[in-house]
Amino acid sequence: MSTTTAQAGTPGAGQDAVVPKAQGDGAGPDGRRRDRLSRHNLSGWLFSTPFLVLFLTFMAFPIVATLLMSFTDFGLRNVTDPLSAQFVGLDNYTKLFQDDKFVKALFNTGYFVILGVPLTIGSGLAAAVLLNSGIDRLRTFFRVGFYAPVVTAIVAVAVIWRFVLDPSEGLIAGLGHQLGIQTPDFLGSETLAMPSLIMMAVWRNMGSAMVLFLAGLQAIPTEVREAARIDGAGIFQEFRRITVPLLRPTMLYVAVMTTIGFLNVFEEPFVMTDGGPSDSTLTISLHMYREGFDFFHMGYASAMAYVLFVIVLAITTLQLRLLKDKTS
Amino acid sequence: MSTTETRAPLAAPASKARRDPAARARRTLVYVLLTVGLIVTVAPFLWMALSSFKTQRELGASPPVWWPSEWTLDNFRELLDRMDVGQALFNSLLVAVFVTVCNLLFCSMLGYALAKLNFAGKRPIFGIVLGALMVPGNLMLLPMFVMMSAMGLIDSYAALILPFAAGAFGVFLMRQFIQAIPDELLEAARMDGAREWYIFWRIVLPLVKPALATLSIFVFLGSWNNFLWPLVATNDPAKYTLPVALATFATDPTQADGSNGVLMAGAFLVVLPVLLVFVLLQRFFTQGIATAGLK
Repeated sequence: MSTTTAQAGTPGAGQDAVVPKAQGDGAGPDGRRRDRLSRHNLSGWLFSTPFLVLFLTFMAFPIVATLLMSFTDFGLRNVTDPLSAQFVGLDNYTKLFQDDKFVKALFNTGYFVILGVPLTIGSGLAAAVLLNSGIDRLRTFFRVGFYAPVVTAIVAVAVIWRFVLDPSEGLIAGLGHQLGIQTPDFLGSETLAMPSLIMMAVWRNMGSAMVLFLAGLQAIPTEVREAARIDGAGIFQEFRRITVPLLRPTMLYVAVMTTIGFLNVFEEPFVMTDGGPSDSTLTISLHMYREGFDFFHMGYASAMAYVLFVIVLAITTLQLRLLKDKTS
Repeated sequence: MSTTETRAPLAAPASKARRDPAARARRTLVYVLLTVGLIVTVAPFLWMALSSFKTQRELGASPPVWWPSEWTLDNFRELLDRMDVGQALFNSLLVAVFVTVCNLLFCSMLGYALAKLNFAGKRPIFGIVLGALMVPGNLMLLPMFVMMSAMGLIDSYAALILPFAAGAFGVFLMRQFIQAIPDELLEAARMDGAREWYIFWRIVLPLVKPALATLSIFVFLGSWNNFLWPLVATNDPAKYTLPVALATFATDPTQADGSNGVLMAGAFLVVLPVLLVFVLLQRFFTQGIATAGLK
């Protein structure tokens, strides 16, 4: 009970303003408040129950289970008999960094993120700035067009792009043929396969960055812009001195969400290249899927999942710190 | 969105700009750049849609044929022969509807509790919600498969629905909107002796209908497009969702030859309903994203 009283006393707890401090210890009003609080307590927990049950079963428990599994030799037979898995300590983790495929997957995922995230943010910002540059006609039309790839299933998009990039029947090969250029076999080339996947991912995700930047841009008061213009700021100065600093919170959110998404890249290589040619598009998630569900090295795959999670956490924290510091 | 406020001050410079050649040139440049961007964005979709109606001969033609000279439904016919589209469509729809309904209910319940009820545990629960926003789904994949296998739920609708029945994003979104409802309104109802459930069901939910609309679009779409878990949780083609059926077909090495037209027909069927709904409801999409992202 002491905790609840303490909480009622904290600012923002609702009824404090109504009940004068002096009466706070008295039995009358405080009793009523405690009464309401306990009523809220019960209903608060009842309203939380469905989410909490689902959360515990399908999130908290699996997160812990993945960690435990990563210290075992969990394999196919353990799917029916989980408790017979043997504890192997850190074996899976040490094995990971001797696994050439994993090191390659780590490198490929990094490549995908380092090129893909800035391109997505850059093109999204460019589109948003163009849409916000005082054009009044067709704005919705363009916005809808740019956002369309975001709402479509990645699997379908990957299938479409595989065809667009097809060396014999594809759109790009055909256009090249018309111009008299021999286009390369994008997805069949070790050097070009990953850039092709990045291009597709940028194409698909640009729209969601754009919408967020557009909302951020519209939140900048026009007076600020006009004042800058009166003071003689050019377009680029205005962009650098006003738009970029005021967009920083949006930038932070877009950067974090895009990075998390790109670090987990799976569907694009799964559908388009199967990780090839010669593992040049094998990503961490795809490698994890193969080890876990094709070969049933589930302990090993769990260790991989955790390494990926730690990477996501580290990069997100770093981004939050870097971008936040500049704001203050 | 405050279009009226932002448009008014811009109207004056716009009329002046009409006479100013530099401003006009700039405006033209903006339209040109946007149009180029739009062509790049839309071309793959157009290519897909048109290709799904092309004959085998025109699919392989070089130089490429944009507009099919003879339209054919052969690709769709072959798709229906090789893949159980009807079943996959039904599965996707069933799963998405159940997931959406569950999310609407459970997320707004917790959203209400977090926004308007004072209870011990409110802070840690909100912390959990924020934390859950950050956790990638890959982390739960392996034990979830083991769990579902142990319960005999692989290849069941339950396996496809339950893990997504409530999401942190939804709770966060609903909390934002419910917080805006004045406390006095709820207090008045409480004075009249209304129970919390009644207040939630009869007062709060009707007031946040736009938020519910936004949430249902996002959840439905997320479920419709979801891939990795349905891929893991189903082995029986009769339980495949559309993306899984399409991907299985697309990555099957025995289907490799001459199936581009059929694949485009498949992609067309997966993408078309979503694009239609999106164009009709685009306002909710972009507003919802902006609201959820910025507040």
